[in-house]
Amino acid sequence: MPGDSIKDLAEYICEKLSKHVTGHEFIKDELVINAKADSIQDVLRFLRDERECAFTTLIDVCGVDYPDRAERFEVVYILLSLRQNNRCRVRIAVEENQIVPTATDVFSSAGWFEREVWDMYGVLFGGNPDLRRILTDYGFEGHPQRKDFPLTGYVELRYDEEQKRVVYEPVKLTQDFRRFDYLSPWEGMTDVQLPGDEKGAIPPHGWKGELDHAVNDDSTPEENTEEEEEVAEDAS
Amino acid sequence: MPLNDEVDTPDVVIGDETQIKPFTMNFGPQHPAAHGVLRLVLEMEGEIVERADPHIGLLHRGTEKLIEYKTYTQAVPYFDRLDYVAPMNQEHAFALATEKLLGITVPKRGQYIRVMFCEIGRILNHILNITTFALDVGALTPALWGFEEREKGMEFYERVCGARLHANYFRPGGVAQDLPAGLLEDIVEWVDELPKFLTDLESLLTDNRIFKQRTVDIGVVSAEEAQDWGFSGPMLRGSGLAWDLRKSQPYDSYEDFDFDIPVGKTGDCYARYLVRMAEMHESIKIVKQCAEKMPQGYVRTNDYKISPPPRAEMKSSMEALIHHFKLFTEGYHVPAGETYTAVEAPKGEFGVYLVSDGSNKPYRCRIRAPGFPHLQALDFMSKGHQLADTVSIIGSLDIVFGEIDR
Repeated sequence: MPGDSIKDLAEYICEKLSKHVTGHEFIKDELVINAKADSIQDVLRFLRDERECAFTTLIDVCGVDYPDRAERFEVVYILLSLRQNNRCRVRIAVEENQIVPTATDVFSSAGWFEREVWDMYGVLFGGNPDLRRILTDYGFEGHPQRKDFPLTGYVELRYDEEQKRVVYEPVKLTQDFRRFDYLSPWEGMTDVQLPGDEKGAIPPHGWKGELDHAVNDDSTPEENTEEEEEVAEDAS
Repeated sequence: MPLNDEVDTPDVVIGDETQIKPFTMNFGPQHPAAHGVLRLVLEMEGEIVERADPHIGLLHRGTEKLIEYKTYTQAVPYFDRLDYVAPMNQEHAFALATEKLLGITVPKRGQYIRVMFCEIGRILNHILNITTFALDVGALTPALWGFEEREKGMEFYERVCGARLHANYFRPGGVAQDLPAGLLEDIVEWVDELPKFLTDLESLLTDNRIFKQRTVDIGVVSAEEAQDWGFSGPMLRGSGLAWDLRKSQPYDSYEDFDFDIPVGKTGDCYARYLVRMAEMHESIKIVKQCAEKMPQGYVRTNDYKISPPPRAEMKSSMEALIHHFKLFTEGYHVPAGETYTAVEAPKGEFGVYLVSDGSNKPYRCRIRAPGFPHLQALDFMSKGHQLADTVSIIGSLDIVFGEIDR
């Protein structure tokens, strides 16, 4: 359970920033603030300067791609407060080709993080003084961490003995990339009791120990919360 | 304009329109002091660095993308290949993040083993960093001495999991297997002797006039700048901030151990060296306490939906065989959710931002490497310093390209 102080803090932030923030939630006890993309600078500046928040370190900026959503990308700013010993995440939803205001005015460390999000997802950051690609090759095309970019990529390179230089060629695989889908239909139905499958109900204990000697109390299996496997979404 | 005087052609008139281009120099990517494949484009004004532009990505392997196509079990080995100097600390972050999403706890013995090997990893990392840092500024002997000790530490890795470097030992739910007989005693013997080696190392460097001339007052970072640039680990502590995730946000039983956090005062390269040196002594304390208090019991969770059954049981139990098969083909499903979980890796805060959609593969696995923001700050740290000081600064940053390029 999240502590009272962080809950109060979350409500305080949402109240003060009601114009810029669409809400907050606690995911696995971690504070997540959903903000509007256009006002990300105001949100970050408030979180940094306000005494109660004091999120003085920008730990990371990363992108997540959800191709099914109208606002396809999510940019996540992970913040840390050394003084209050708190963490929080600020999420914004971004459409393709939408320009997000840069965070470099607020945190110097944002520069390379934004370059990486641009490189990997193609999210543009307006005002970033140096928005070049960072991890991919010079002259690379495409944004490799988008979900519609194939794992193998489009080009491969080799040293050409005749031209005495490295040349790019379309990727050729001697064997197709094998993507096994092990998701069995039965696994997706673990919360459904099938007729005749009563014996298949999950037994209350795990496998018997590999150790004969004393076992601590806390190592007995938890009542299986993780058994509630959610209906597996189609992976493909 | 000192350059102007040196130009000996009187008919060249330098007016307001003319701009003197600074001398641009390419440092690396195949340079021993670049600590890997760092290509650094330096704009120089004589011997003074005006601007440093690191070009990274020469070791980019697309780890984050690859993990999206692998099950949670298959993702663990990729973490060894990030910061290959202290592989288990990386695995730890991923294991903790997955455990958080699964909602499981690791048995105490498993936690203690993980803590112990994390601290051995910290010692290994700091030995490598300090000795190669000394090598960069001209001292050869520390490297020769240090690698011998490092090899001993890596033998413990080998004995516990079979590999010196790419361990794949920490798994979500605990560790892969229990300690072999006699290992704990040998580790204790090693850490008992280690302080003597560290004293020898310190005697070579700490009061060494040349070492101090090359590091004191070089690359000074204030506490505010360190936070602004996203520093963590020894880089932050070197600037006077007593911040350590092992103390402030303890994970895996770190709260059971008694250790101190060394803090530097001056924020220069020398302070960072001193912090790392002192941290090794603290790690030795933790390893000793682990060995003393090592509890009995399971080393990983015995939930058969996550952790594979022991091989002996598979010989007689059909259930165990099925679970083994399912775990190593389909893997386990992780409930939908997201978490950012960080550990105090030797280089700083190593975090994993894991997004799960309820299937057997991570939807997104963002790896936050501590070296990435540290290297970004190289530009402002080396501005106005001499070229040779840039080498000192790179050495004190403790960068490994496996984790920066991912």
